[in-house]
Amino acid sequence: MYNAYSVNTLVYDAEQCNGCGMCVAVCPQAVFEMDDRKARLIRQLACMECGACQLNCVTGAIKVDSGVGCAYAMIRAALLGLPEAECEC
Amino acid sequence: MIGLDSITTQPKVSMTTHLLTRANHWDHFWARMGYKRSQHCVEPGLYGIGNPTSESPVFVTANYTLSFDALRSNLAGIDAYILVLDTNGVNVWCAAGKKTFGTDEIVFRVTATQLKKVVDRHVLILPQLGAPGVSAHEVKKRTGFKVEYGPVRAADLPEYLKTHQATTAMRQVNFPLRDRILLIPVDFVRLFPLFLLAALIFYFFFGGLVPALAVLAALVSAGVLFPILLPWLPSHNFSSKGFFLGFLTALPFTVSVFIQHDDWIWYHQVGQALSFLLAMPAVVAYIALNFTGATTFTSKTGVRREMYAYLPAMAWTFGAGIVLTILLAFVR
Repeated sequence: MYNAYSVNTLVYDAEQCNGCGMCVAVCPQAVFEMDDRKARLIRQLACMECGACQLNCVTGAIKVDSGVGCAYAMIRAALLGLPEAECEC
Repeated sequence: MIGLDSITTQPKVSMTTHLLTRANHWDHFWARMGYKRSQHCVEPGLYGIGNPTSESPVFVTANYTLSFDALRSNLAGIDAYILVLDTNGVNVWCAAGKKTFGTDEIVFRVTATQLKKVVDRHVLILPQLGAPGVSAHEVKKRTGFKVEYGPVRAADLPEYLKTHQATTAMRQVNFPLRDRILLIPVDFVRLFPLFLLAALIFYFFFGGLVPALAVLAALVSAGVLFPILLPWLPSHNFSSKGFFLGFLTALPFTVSVFIQHDDWIWYHQVGQALSFLLAMPAVVAYIALNFTGATTFTSKTGVRREMYAYLPAMAWTFGAGIVLTILLAFVR
């Protein structure tokens, strides 16, 4: 059965992690956990691409193409020719 | 220019309480109904609750009444400051997505309220869901204030304040039945006029009462049943869940054609029955797909993939169903 949510853009480079734990603190989906003074990516597919971890990662170890997961906003942006979907809610 | 003027004056702290008045409850009700959506605002600035001193914690929130009231109503017996950002009356999480609940606004608001003169402990406690708009290390660099991400829900604040450590449960967003039900009125109120108009058009011009009822049934199915049944509908995608629910909704109408119109020629019966089976699931699926934005877990990548996969099918089946209904109305 097709699952549209089987991929996302979250990329984590453990090499650059300084173990500050910010990604664990900000993630609303428990995608990361702390493990031996480094963050570990444990639930990649639960990522909703909100971008909180990337914005709060001081070493730049996390990259994600963040945005709103809202069809209404994307359809509206497509119809109005907006460069980026933004929610109206 | 608010910031520049206030530098020369004393910091202004407006007092508030943890108590919600009847007026507050009415305001929450209308906000939930989607009435005057952008006008449930609190004046941005610095507030005090209890008897705050220079040692008291500072909580940051959005200037949406539901956000501000959720915070203050959970601070009973706690002396604190509340820094209200200007998010244009939008809640914390959505405003963070737009970056109005963001680094720049925090830096501006900390300066404008002269927060450094008010508190000695330079720490801001943010709701965790503000994090998609805020870079903690940048706030620290630009204001000297350390950002601490508190729990997702204000109700967990008293527990959180004991240790300043949030548990995994406090950090996770869920989407329980209660929250899904609370979302129903906003969409329903928004869609109702359009569906009522469509139902009237079908009633008077294309087939009468049953097609008109089918239009309203599609709305109830998509707007009320879908949010309630979301976790239990089969498959992963909102569109396929919507197609499934729409198919179930269309079934009674399909069957009713053969019972109600046993005098019709067979291809009239089949045509009318098909029109329900084509149009109704498409409508429910489309509204279901649009519900992605109201949920707490869909990613941009996933929703985009869903749109590419299902929107064409929705458009074709919907179009075919409507054309069939109109043709049949003329043929009879």
